[in-house]
Amino acid sequence: MLIFLAQRLGQSVIILIGVTLITFGLAFLMPADPVRMLAGRSATQATVESIRKELGLDQPLPVQYLKYLGRLAQGDLGRSYKQKTQVSELILSRLPATLLLMAGTIFFELLIGLPAGILAATKRGRFADNGIMALSFVGVSIPQFVLGLLLLYVFAHILPIFPLGGYGTLNHLLLPALTLGISGGGWYSRMMRSSMVDVLRQDFIRTARSKGLSELTVVLVHALRNAILPVIAMVGLDIGIFMAGAVVVESVYGWPGIGQLAWQAIQMVDIPIIMGVTLVAAIGIVLGNLLADLVIPFIDPRVYLR
Amino acid sequence: MSSALNRLLKNKLAIFGLAMISLFATAAVFAPFIAPHPPDKQFFEGLTLEGAPLAPNKTFWLGTDLLGRSLFSRLLHGARTSLIIGIAANGAAVFIGAFLGIVAGYLQGLPGTAIMRFTDLMMAFPALLLAIALAAIFRPSLWIVALVIALVNWVQVARVIYSQTVALAAQEYIEAARSIGAAWPRILFIHIVPHLWPTLLVWGTLGISTTVLLEATLSFLGVGVRPPTPSWGGIIYESQSYFLDAPWLVFFPGTAILLLSLAFNLVGDALRDVLDPTQRGRG
Repeated sequence: MLIFLAQRLGQSVIILIGVTLITFGLAFLMPADPVRMLAGRSATQATVESIRKELGLDQPLPVQYLKYLGRLAQGDLGRSYKQKTQVSELILSRLPATLLLMAGTIFFELLIGLPAGILAATKRGRFADNGIMALSFVGVSIPQFVLGLLLLYVFAHILPIFPLGGYGTLNHLLLPALTLGISGGGWYSRMMRSSMVDVLRQDFIRTARSKGLSELTVVLVHALRNAILPVIAMVGLDIGIFMAGAVVVESVYGWPGIGQLAWQAIQMVDIPIIMGVTLVAAIGIVLGNLLADLVIPFIDPRVYLR
Repeated sequence: MSSALNRLLKNKLAIFGLAMISLFATAAVFAPFIAPHPPDKQFFEGLTLEGAPLAPNKTFWLGTDLLGRSLFSRLLHGARTSLIIGIAANGAAVFIGAFLGIVAGYLQGLPGTAIMRFTDLMMAFPALLLAIALAAIFRPSLWIVALVIALVNWVQVARVIYSQTVALAAQEYIEAARSIGAAWPRILFIHIVPHLWPTLLVWGTLGISTTVLLEATLSFLGVGVRPPTPSWGGIIYESQSYFLDAPWLVFFPGTAILLLSLAFNLVGDALRDVLDPTQRGRG
């Protein structure tokens, strides 16, 4: 167990170092010169040079990269070119909003996906199954920003039940979380269905049925415990998909999370922020994978840690 | 293969998907002939006296946008953008993924490990953030957007093809072929690659759906295809601030994106059902 954990942690660290290499490379490729943008059009050559020196951008690339790594190790993500604040502070101040949105999203995607998938699996081949599967395709095919704007139009404009965006109360959270929950729910219903179909075909289910248990007990007690595992594990693997959705939905709803921060940073070529958000998102993805690996053996003793 | 085609044609959802794809393809190819107005022309009578866009009416079937251009004509031309990027970007992604997956799976050893560790690394990247960053680096034209999407989307193809190639290369008939002196190109192209076609075909279809959505999303975020090239996501981006007063500017392009993405999803899923032997007889 400990050896497995150590190995997986080691792999994760190597992947994260790779991520820093790529984010650093991307920042270097950005065409706009951050120093010029910072100094403004009227700046003299001397000012430009002094800013360049101040930011350490006059040094050779490998030196810049190693310094960047060294600062990262101390939790320092650098300073925003535009906002003159620490990137780590910016991200930390935005992170709770994104985590809240994530919790809401997971709640809705499971609330929609699990029952729909179970129902489809038990009614396999029949109308309810076909209907649910067709709807799940619509859910995964609709662009999140279109869904977001439509929900806003109907539930905030025509029927003014919810606010038109912003942050603060549960009412603010509902529409953005539902937007991401609907597209995620489509995937979860498909996974839940196929996992359930596989389990319902196994011998112990036949035994349970032949004991005379009601179909409800068979499905919800005997089958569900086994079928739900791979689906729950997906929550951990889903963080990357969530981050992409967060960028879109946060900009539609004006939700002050790190997705919106990243989008604003891209518009202003604020490279340290872009690098920081990408890194934080990558850490989230790696942690999610790690968590999924660790949690599964606890729910399912048949899976041993190697 | 012909029996697979027959079974595909029995699937009603797949038929619906194929019909949708044909419809959009026709719209894209013949856009200049079908479109009632030039897509970039700003009509004086296309705006109200206050300068607001027109709702759907007799002259402009789907209404006009903020600049008084015909939305229907722009949607028709936007189908070109979506389909070209969908097919080109996904084709490139499948090609890159298949190439790296086959190389890694066939060679294994150091090159294989290196390639697969690199795909692990790519998996840890939030794809959309990477695409946004890349799109911000290269000023996006149609082909640059396609390239960016391909650079982000090849990863999963590579993983699937890698594991299939590893499994195939371990089969006894490969060993037998090698023992009678078959050269590696023969083993690769005659004995391994043909088994990968079904998977590639399924990814080649399903992936277009993801690609269409990604292109729309990039354009919606303002880092996609540049105006005045009509793009469905771009139309929504341009009219976002106005959408409460002119919902048709979101509704129609949104429906177009949904239908096209849905169509490729339905056909791809049906293809997977008929091509994957392990799925046969399952529902």
